[in-house]
Amino acid sequence: MSLDLGAILAKHGNDPTRLLQILRDVHAADGLARPETITAIARALQLPRARVEGVAGFYSFLGTEPRGRFRVLFSDNIVDRLQGSVELRQRLLDAFQVGLGEVSRDGLVSIDVTSCTGLCDQGPAMLVNGRAIPRLTPARIGAISALIRGRSPVEEWPENMFRIDEHVLRRDLLLGTPFAPGEALSAAIDRGAARTIDELKRAGLRGRGGAGFSTATKWQACRDAPGPQRFVVCNADEGEPGTFKDRQLLAEHADLVFEGMTVAAHAVGAQRGFLYLRAEYPFLLPHLEAALEARRRAGLLGGEIRGVRGFAFDIEIHVGAGAYVCGEESALIESLEGKRGIPRNRPPYPVTHGYLQKPTVVNNVETLAAAALIARHGADWWRQRGTTQSSGTKLLSVSGDVARPGVYEYPLGVTVQQVLDDSGAGDVGAVQVGGPSGVLLSRHELGRRIAFEDVPSAGAFMVFDASRDVLEIVDDFAHFFAHESCGFCTPCRVGTTLMAQMTARLVAGKGTRRDVKDLSRVAGAMKSASHCGLGATAGNPVLDALEKFRPSFDRRVASREVLPTFDLDEALAPAREVTAREDAGAHFPEES
Amino acid sequence: MTDAFSLDGYDVPFTGGQTILQAALAARRYIPHLCYHPAFRPHGSCKVCTVKVNGRTVASCTTPARAGDEVESESPEIRDLRRNLVQFLFVEGNHFCPSCEQSGQCMLQAVAYDLGVTRLHYTQMFPDRPIDASHPEVLLDFNRCILCELCVRASAEVDGKSVFALSGRGIRKHLIVNAESGRLADTNLAVTDAAVSVCPVGVILRKRRGFAAPIGQRRYDPKPIRAMDEPADGEEG
Repeated sequence: MSLDLGAILAKHGNDPTRLLQILRDVHAADGLARPETITAIARALQLPRARVEGVAGFYSFLGTEPRGRFRVLFSDNIVDRLQGSVELRQRLLDAFQVGLGEVSRDGLVSIDVTSCTGLCDQGPAMLVNGRAIPRLTPARIGAISALIRGRSPVEEWPENMFRIDEHVLRRDLLLGTPFAPGEALSAAIDRGAARTIDELKRAGLRGRGGAGFSTATKWQACRDAPGPQRFVVCNADEGEPGTFKDRQLLAEHADLVFEGMTVAAHAVGAQRGFLYLRAEYPFLLPHLEAALEARRRAGLLGGEIRGVRGFAFDIEIHVGAGAYVCGEESALIESLEGKRGIPRNRPPYPVTHGYLQKPTVVNNVETLAAAALIARHGADWWRQRGTTQSSGTKLLSVSGDVARPGVYEYPLGVTVQQVLDDSGAGDVGAVQVGGPSGVLLSRHELGRRIAFEDVPSAGAFMVFDASRDVLEIVDDFAHFFAHESCGFCTPCRVGTTLMAQMTARLVAGKGTRRDVKDLSRVAGAMKSASHCGLGATAGNPVLDALEKFRPSFDRRVASREVLPTFDLDEALAPAREVTAREDAGAHFPEES
Repeated sequence: MTDAFSLDGYDVPFTGGQTILQAALAARRYIPHLCYHPAFRPHGSCKVCTVKVNGRTVASCTTPARAGDEVESESPEIRDLRRNLVQFLFVEGNHFCPSCEQSGQCMLQAVAYDLGVTRLHYTQMFPDRPIDASHPEVLLDFNRCILCELCVRASAEVDGKSVFALSGRGIRKHLIVNAESGRLADTNLAVTDAAVSVCPVGVILRKRRGFAAPIGQRRYDPKPIRAMDEPADGEEG
């Protein structure tokens, strides 16, 4: 590997807002951000050095620690685990005689875990030097260790290893309506900006990223905000474990998404757009860049779009670096500005003070695709599906214990049971709708509906059969949140870690009734006092599970109220070493 | 007529742009807080100043005051929430009050007393946080850091130096200094910097003057924090 920092800095125009992209390029070339590299970047961008170091230290895929020439990251969502990822991981660790999170002695390989990589429909999955490999099997692990051992560059590995399949198993309005690039934009231009927003309002379109905020209200507020400059941001930081529907949309309907962004730009008067792509989806990048280029050639991006004077808009792709919290819109904007992804204090909201403190619309991938089709076909067309409060359709990423995992598009209001029937679920024990931050449903709630007024979903739909232990599922989610907390506020920073420690103790059979009680106390504090949605929802799986799956906890609770938090006998180990004793008298008696 | 909101039943007047905490402190109604300091823009990270406004919990330091709002601060529920958060801060770091030279001068300790925090409740995390004694005049003991970012803000906004920043994420978030070596001695920090005196706990300490105030004369000895005139800013009074 060789680092030409000058070339990287020049490519990004020494622009501090490009810091994240600069650090990504540094990592691609050098494997880490060395202290002297950080100093040089800081000097070139005229930033305090500590600020650059702070950014490098924030994102999972960046960092200042050396890693292996081959950096292997196993996706560690519960669905990957159910598909056998832990055993496969162990196989690779054994092959290189290296511990999890360590670098092999020769510096060849490091193996670790990462949060869900968005391939639950074709897991277990991993990333090798940032490239995604789905459908891992023992044979595939064998092939991968041989390639690493042979020091074969990842770019030269067999192409079929990286093949990502898109399984769309039910199409409705969004995925089933033919679309020709430019037609939504023409319709929006003909209708005019104000009436396009009215149309969205009549359609009742609500954000597909989870919060369900009215899209028309957001666009209107941005349009009304003072100032000449505006921005449109597509949130493609699809990080909620178990979600992969945006991946599918971007892979097969990129034009529709970009068209939605352009319609938004026309409606609010924006000149620049960003698509914030999660780092786990680099395989989409060439295709997305090509789609943007084709749109520029077709006059759908650039100056005087569709011949409209003064309507200039272009889109650039910004790639993340491994941080779930950047799915929160103000954290995403911070990240776009080249900073640590910390959610901002609100008000003011991004619609008035967003990117570079300018009015900014941030919408989810699916929201923008829907907006484009509504601009083309009208509100009534959209309203023919869904319920009064939840109009239209919703994409669900179905995974876990089902015969047919993949993307399903349903009218909102569909019952959970319907989705389970269509995807071939067997003896269902629990369903996690909306991902870890969503709602955990028991088998008694399968008649409930996916809709804003009942069970809202940002898109994840993970199915667990009755043989699965809910406590282990919850433990996986607790560790996810502890890993992804940005650390800004006390309740989330400390609460997520305390929660993960307690669920881990319970899983290990070392938890007490006190731990079970404290789980509610911690989750309650996080819900009441957290700075953003991540912390406010991080306790949801624990609270849901305590309410609906209590036996799963009680079964694992040690019989006593209090257990020592450290191992007395282990604490004597140094004394045994010093005295060279190993007899029974040098040990505490075994606890019964 | 002045605008006012109700804080635990008392009318608190406010002027435009004030947040709930700012207005409450101006009216000498104490709301426990740690990361807020009157000289800086509200930060909103410690969440100890959380109150309930019309039934919703919010950080009072960053929430604009609004006429007619019903704000609940000293209720058992909110006090218990704050107690919980302060316990979080204690178990996250290494806080050993009896041997700490800031004991009696420390805002974390004073707020803990105010809230009646008498035990840690949770298992301590005992993080490994080596001290930095490289600087000739200033010692950094990261064990006591509560990540309020006051030194970060003071160094950037008052001193114009950006000596401090944060790195890492989640529970591994930590204070760093602006030097390739990672050592305070290699920064341009001066002992007279605002960043040195702003620390509300015992992270940033002047060398060669430990335990300067005798017991009985320490900042929070004469009266409890809620009875003090001004929010302390780390400088010995």
